[in-house]
Amino acid sequence: MTIECVNPEGLRFNQMKSSSHQTLETRMRPILMKGHERPLTFLRYNRNGDLLFSCAKDHTPTVWFADNGERLGTYRGHSGAVWCCDISRDSSRLITGSADQTAKLWDVKSGKELFTFKFGAPARSVDFSVDDHLAVITTDHFVGTSSAIHVKRIAEDPEDQVGDSVLVLQSPDGKKKINRAVWGPLNQTIVSGGEDAAIRIWDAETGKLLKQSDEEVGHKEAITSLCKAADDSHFLTGSHDKTAKLWDMRTLTLIKTYTTVVPVNAVAMSPLLNHVVLGGGQDASAVTTTDHRAGKFEAKFYDTILQEEIGGVKGHFGPINALAFSPDGKSFSSGGEDGYVRLHHFDSNYFNIKI
Amino acid sequence: MTIDSQQKTSKFRWGEMDEDDDFDFLLPPKQVIGPDENGLKTTIEYKFNDEGNKVKITTRTRVRKLASARLNKRAMERRNWPKFGDAANEEAGSHLTMVSTEEILLERPRAPGTKADESKATGDGLSQLGKGGAVLMVCRICHKKGDHWTSKCPYKDLAAPTDVFIDKPPTGESSTMSAAPGTGKAAYVPPSMRAGADRSAVGSDMRRRNDENSVRVTNLSEDTREPDLMELFHPFGAVTRVYVAIDQKTGVSRGFGFVNFVSREDAQRAINKLNGYGYDNLILRVEWATPRPT
Repeated sequence: MTIECVNPEGLRFNQMKSSSHQTLETRMRPILMKGHERPLTFLRYNRNGDLLFSCAKDHTPTVWFADNGERLGTYRGHSGAVWCCDISRDSSRLITGSADQTAKLWDVKSGKELFTFKFGAPARSVDFSVDDHLAVITTDHFVGTSSAIHVKRIAEDPEDQVGDSVLVLQSPDGKKKINRAVWGPLNQTIVSGGEDAAIRIWDAETGKLLKQSDEEVGHKEAITSLCKAADDSHFLTGSHDKTAKLWDMRTLTLIKTYTTVVPVNAVAMSPLLNHVVLGGGQDASAVTTTDHRAGKFEAKFYDTILQEEIGGVKGHFGPINALAFSPDGKSFSSGGEDGYVRLHHFDSNYFNIKI
Repeated sequence: MTIDSQQKTSKFRWGEMDEDDDFDFLLPPKQVIGPDENGLKTTIEYKFNDEGNKVKITTRTRVRKLASARLNKRAMERRNWPKFGDAANEEAGSHLTMVSTEEILLERPRAPGTKADESKATGDGLSQLGKGGAVLMVCRICHKKGDHWTSKCPYKDLAAPTDVFIDKPPTGESSTMSAAPGTGKAAYVPPSMRAGADRSAVGSDMRRRNDENSVRVTNLSEDTREPDLMELFHPFGAVTRVYVAIDQKTGVSRGFGFVNFVSREDAQRAINKLNGYGYDNLILRVEWATPRPT
């Protein structure tokens, strides 16, 4: 029979035990990168996994080497908080969306600004299509404009780049932000989620709304983050209703739900194991009762299939706003309200975690 | 060098030596035994120390490849890109990137409610303990060994909580739990400590008995914190809780703290050993937290 060795203060027990017993905990020494003065908003690895791009509310997206956290460079040019970024498949182009009502195309290597897409409202989310020839950019609601999804063609040669939209999709509720919009499989669809808690799938050519998430099973509050699976068959959304939900990309059926105790700001899926990571903030009602131990905010790991919590990685001094897994699944990074990016390389015990 | 190498073994002319000349030629050459299969590299050097004696210095280093990633060609190229933007003017010594001094664990969830359903397999340290040390799991209520912890005791009712929580100021009734009074108490009681909160049913049994094994440490230095106390006390035995009183305004320690042991004997040994122990330039005073039990 399996013995329940539960100590209510199991955490302390573990830590204390570690000195005398051989434990199988996952231990990591994260690399701390403090390149941003303001809260982080987004993190993304390039396709090869050797570069990590960070966006923050200070106006400079930064690129780091993903193995040791060394800073490679910064992209200067935005005059507002940078909300999102994406990198082309060959890691030559970077696109960033910013609150200064522009989305900019950059040359990754030199930091040079190649092109600026101007909008009438802050740009919230950007995503390259599979072939990097198109990009989907969402804009917020602003004076005179409602929130919308724009599709832009990206030219091979930056000289030829024009700012026209190929397609513009208006959100049904123009006042609610569309926090994330990504390309569906083979660029046939666009999946968007936003403040109105509904996930919508649009046809990428015609702009027709194909599907909308069912209100009963869907999120109850604003969707803050969206992460696609490596094979584009499903995606994960995180929301302020303290849950994250896993959906099928084609049919938009709800597959799994992961519940936590804090509003979820960022989600990520491991490309290697069946793990889902949620990062979030602090529930307002808990502020007076939690003790102020520094480094308490944690990224929570869940088993994808069992929906159960595997563990949490503490360390941030503020709510976690961004999470990203490296493409090989052997490391992940988190960015918080405290302006730190914490890069964790998993030790071998992580790959042997069993529930 | 003014001295011919042929004269190495014979006495040389001190008068002809310049002050600045090295005597290195008198020493055997440096030996480097390359990294073996464990990555251990041994370097043997010979030097003259300050007193003029010949000393042999053996340095053993472990050569380890950090993050031995098989980078593809493009990634290797990117490694050599010049820095740009704000990073262009950086020297290598800038402290933007640093490895955390703390080791961070992927901490397993601790709420006992959820754990009851999971059957922990070998992957976790706690289960290791369970298998090897099943006998250690004695329930204090029904005294059954190896079956369940006190908080999971099916016969919980048997244990009438006889212990009164001595540390708390009397509230005018014999309170069995530390925060039983909900009304009539002037101070704010967080939900986790109020009557009827989930935690109370689970934590109080263990906690109360632990607080009989509570040790007070005084004369702590200003920057002593919980991890320091934990480090200092855990060699004596299992520690469930450490607390250091910290002045909220200044953030310095108020000079005292509490350590709760699981077992009384460990607490007693800690008191015996550490009372009067010099720690961070102050002599610690370590004693029972509650009035000394007879």
